[in-house]
Amino acid sequence: MRNIYKSGLLVAALAVAVAGCGKKEEGEKAAGPPAPEEKILNVYNWSDYIAEDTIANFEQQTGIKVNYDVFDSNEVLETKLLAGKTGYDVVVPSASFLERQIKAGVFMALDQAKLPNLVNMDPEIMQRVALHDPGNEHSVPYLWGTTGIGYNPEKVMAALGTDTIDSWSTIFDPANAAKLKDCGIVMLDAPTEVFDSALIYLGKDPNSESEEDLKAASDLIMKIRPYVRYFHSSQYINDLANGEICVALGWSGDILQAQARGAEAEKPVNVAYAIPKEGAIIWFDMLAIPADAPHPDNAHQFVNYIMEPAVIAGISDYVAYANGNAASFEMIDEAVRTDPSVYPTPEVKSKLYPSLAESQEYSRLSNRAWTTVRTGQ
Amino acid sequence: MLLAELMAWIRAFGPYRWASHRLLNWGITGRTAVIGLPYLWLILFFLIPFIIVLKISVSDIRLGMPPYEPMVHWIEHQVVALQINFGNYAFLFKDALYRNAYMNSILVAAGSTVLCLLVGYPMAYGIARTSPSWRNLLLMMVMLPFWTSFLLRVYAWIGILKNNGLINNVLMAMGVIDEPIVMLQTDFAVYVGIVYSYLPFMVLPLYATLEKMDLTLLEAAADLGCHPTKAFMTITLPLSVPGIVAGSMLVFIPAVGEFVIPALLGGPDSLMIGRVLWEEFFHNRDWPVASAVAIAMLILLVGPIMILQYNQGRQAGAHR
Repeated sequence: MRNIYKSGLLVAALAVAVAGCGKKEEGEKAAGPPAPEEKILNVYNWSDYIAEDTIANFEQQTGIKVNYDVFDSNEVLETKLLAGKTGYDVVVPSASFLERQIKAGVFMALDQAKLPNLVNMDPEIMQRVALHDPGNEHSVPYLWGTTGIGYNPEKVMAALGTDTIDSWSTIFDPANAAKLKDCGIVMLDAPTEVFDSALIYLGKDPNSESEEDLKAASDLIMKIRPYVRYFHSSQYINDLANGEICVALGWSGDILQAQARGAEAEKPVNVAYAIPKEGAIIWFDMLAIPADAPHPDNAHQFVNYIMEPAVIAGISDYVAYANGNAASFEMIDEAVRTDPSVYPTPEVKSKLYPSLAESQEYSRLSNRAWTTVRTGQ
Repeated sequence: MLLAELMAWIRAFGPYRWASHRLLNWGITGRTAVIGLPYLWLILFFLIPFIIVLKISVSDIRLGMPPYEPMVHWIEHQVVALQINFGNYAFLFKDALYRNAYMNSILVAAGSTVLCLLVGYPMAYGIARTSPSWRNLLLMMVMLPFWTSFLLRVYAWIGILKNNGLINNVLMAMGVIDEPIVMLQTDFAVYVGIVYSYLPFMVLPLYATLEKMDLTLLEAAADLGCHPTKAFMTITLPLSVPGIVAGSMLVFIPAVGEFVIPALLGGPDSLMIGRVLWEEFFHNRDWPVASAVAIAMLILLVGPIMILQYNQGRQAGAHR
């Protein structure tokens, strides 16, 4: 018995040692909850998703040392959060993922008293995200964007005889897709985004969770499947920027990044973004604090800091994504603020649909249908 | 002499006698400690993780942290409910997707192994038969790529194979082709990636066997008028079988579960089990089914290898 006990202890000690190696300079944990928090904050955000001086200014203002870490997919973030004890104080999931994570008990309710800058937020955006986070209890909107079509006007002109795309039919109509095959069509490798976009093109509700609708959407994509070069959620940024592909179903900000990179290239490549007239998916990335965050007070300070109009305006300028902060709008660079692919016009905005969290059963159906689309199996 | 005296003194030292006595009582001697270390390693980094994955694979999915039901439920003070769900394994048989993915992975891995052998054998043979000074340089060149990140090397192949990449640009500049050859996102690219990445694992064990070979056997064969080709087929090749087996296993086993190479270089229709596992885990958030996929893969791979080794061990025993 004692032998077992001893080896158990050894295993535990090693496990602790291994776990300790995995965490990056997290510093020592404060002894008890009532003691004042150490001046450390661990932030986990999307890559290329913040201004250059945001963190430095926060550190200067508060004296809190920020460990800034990045991810590039909601799935990776969610898997870490569900496994628990991430050590992160602030994370930035998309609203549809956040919705399910709240139900799983991942996040703490925000202390509104510590967030006076909430008055700066745009009520319309707050209302939209309340669909995912009832009562805005657990999260604050960070940036938002749409899922639409990025394209290379010259190459599309050569293939289709027009250099403006305004409809999903460019991708989802097999006749068009066939013409674009040689210059390269690419889609996100994200079942929800692509099926939802197909459903919008078909004039159906993207959030119905109806098996029939899913079948219709996957049948539609199967028809254009032979013309799609690949499915990938980040490769298209580079490929659009260097002219390797001509049309991509992708995220607005990524395509605007491709636009910037293409313009900087030695042989400049034009990239344009369109929100199709049939409508598109609108998504929000949300600031939230994990329930087991080691520094919740610092986290609240950080969330409040991000809601300062000048701070979030600087971020929007830098990454070309819209924010949900009404007070910041006038401070955003005019070129960004008036760009309809960043801030869509009210008519377009009325046709943007949220992508709500899916039930586990529907999620499995949709992923299985996606595998069929992707592999033909 | 001094050392022996010192050892004798230590042995006579009270606490040492007490401690070694206790250890002996538990059956721990220096010998068992040395043998035990690898076992401890295996238990810590193979058996325990395996048991955890096995445990998750028979649990139910739920929305929560962690996203699966605990196996043991405390109902009352003394009543414990143990919940084991084999449904996740049954699920793998229901949908042909999993079977096809396993089969395809094994096919791709087997194909890559054969290609690695075809490329690696002459390389290893050449290295083993050159002068020692060249040998070290050549071995260094085989191992040098390991100094660069695996991921970077796979990414480099994207730059080489893509439509606007090195090969197509050179061929088009020379006027050999007018239209770029589509190589990236095809099975061809997956084979190139796997063979390139795993080639050193084939070359090194082959080299080790070939280098140890007794060359006088070949001299004797030549003296007796045997043609070099026949000598190779009847002497060198059979003697290098252990190297072939070791190299093939080192290539085949990781290639079956390969995720990165098919994801980066392969086409959308490349269906491999590593990818299916990733999707179960990240897209479906179904840790139990993902674990069942992993366990099934392990059984599928380790099972035949253990049978092979068992048979080999018996054959070796019979020869003696």
